[in-house]
Amino acid sequence: MKVQTSKSFIGKVPSSAGGMSFTFASPTEVYYMEANVKQVDVPTMTGNFGILPAHVPTLQVLKPGIVTVFDEEGAQSKYFVSSGSMTVNADSSVQLLAEEAAALDELDITAAKANLDKANAELSSASGEIERAEVLISIEAHEAIIKALE
Amino acid sequence: MFARSGFVLLFEPQWGQVRNMATLKDITRRLKSIKNIQKITQSMKMVAAAKYARAERELKPARVYGTGALALYDKAEIEAAEDQAKHLIIGVSSDRGLCGGIHSNVAKNIRNQIAELTAAGKEVKIATIGEKLRSLLYRNYGSHLLLTFKEMGRKPPTFGDASIIASELLSSGFEFDKGAVVFNRFKSVISYSTEAKPVFSFDTLTNSENLSIYDDIDADVLRNYQEFSLANIIYWSLKESTTSEQSARMTAMDSASKNASEIIDKLTLTYNRTRQAVITKELIEIISGAAAL
Repeated sequence: MKVQTSKSFIGKVPSSAGGMSFTFASPTEVYYMEANVKQVDVPTMTGNFGILPAHVPTLQVLKPGIVTVFDEEGAQSKYFVSSGSMTVNADSSVQLLAEEAAALDELDITAAKANLDKANAELSSASGEIERAEVLISIEAHEAIIKALE
Repeated sequence: MFARSGFVLLFEPQWGQVRNMATLKDITRRLKSIKNIQKITQSMKMVAAAKYARAERELKPARVYGTGALALYDKAEIEAAEDQAKHLIIGVSSDRGLCGGIHSNVAKNIRNQIAELTAAGKEVKIATIGEKLRSLLYRNYGSHLLLTFKEMGRKPPTFGDASIIASELLSSGFEFDKGAVVFNRFKSVISYSTEAKPVFSFDTLTNSENLSIYDDIDADVLRNYQEFSLANIIYWSLKESTTSEQSARMTAMDSASKNASEIIDKLTLTYNRTRQAVITKELIEIISGAAAL
């Protein structure tokens, strides 16, 4: 994937020429840093968003799923994210901060299936609100991983 | 006559002649202990250099993460209203010393902020990350201390640590209106600067007028977003802080080993002179004893 650094406009001037300054990072790795990409598909709590340049500003919280980045040549890169936040600002800059992110080829589908079975088993034995919520989150994440890899 | 080393004469009181020229044994003991100290500070410098290299590497993505988290607040120009009464100051430091002015700079910044804020009649609480900071502040500002976090500094900080800190702060029961994170931002191997970055509360965010340009936001999303941003900012400040600390420790231990080497050189000269003086004295005694026969 090509990573271009382009200066993003500061202030409320919308960026012309169809560019959006896209920053995608996890706490340990930077995937895109103010790169100029065509479109980004993001899984959020309120549904899947396709973000194009000059998208209306919004704040979103991510849910486990795939982020697809369409760069300028039209090539797609897919990443799995666990959670995080996304900001689209008025100047068409997008900050996608994932708590954990991995390229799809780093994920192992057999391990995901095994973890999902384990989480389902724990669901029946989970006691208390917080434990139940944690197990449900684990189930959701693993189901999303399996769906992404298939 | 005997060559007296000026080094020893320094401690001779001015009244009367007091013989306190160090014996050979004293100098030997001192020399041995300073050599040990030099070895220790040298190895501490090596360790700090290794940790610094790793910390600087991990700082790069953390910086993107931190500036990304602050981007919303910058671009939407969110500011807390001036009459906000409850402030939270988060001081980021560590448990370990021997790193120059790291802890005292943060403490000084916090003290100045507290002075300003209490003069304006605001209620201030402090959360300290790191034992050293707590011990610097608890004597005079013990009543302001809300939370302390220990066991920082031994291992590099992770996002998990930052989330724990963020969730403890949010569930501490102190509903702050405005906050600031005070930390040492890493500039280069030999310099860092102590800065305060603002932290906004959920209420400030919802009541900010610029937020209306952001579409499709409900209270839940905003709350999650704000909590996640808090964890991000703390994570970033932790990473910057450790990098500054390791580089400061490297510099401090380096100058300590240089100083120790200088003292060792001076002491070795004194030792040799004293040794020669002792031998000369013995010879003279033997010769004058023999001459008396």
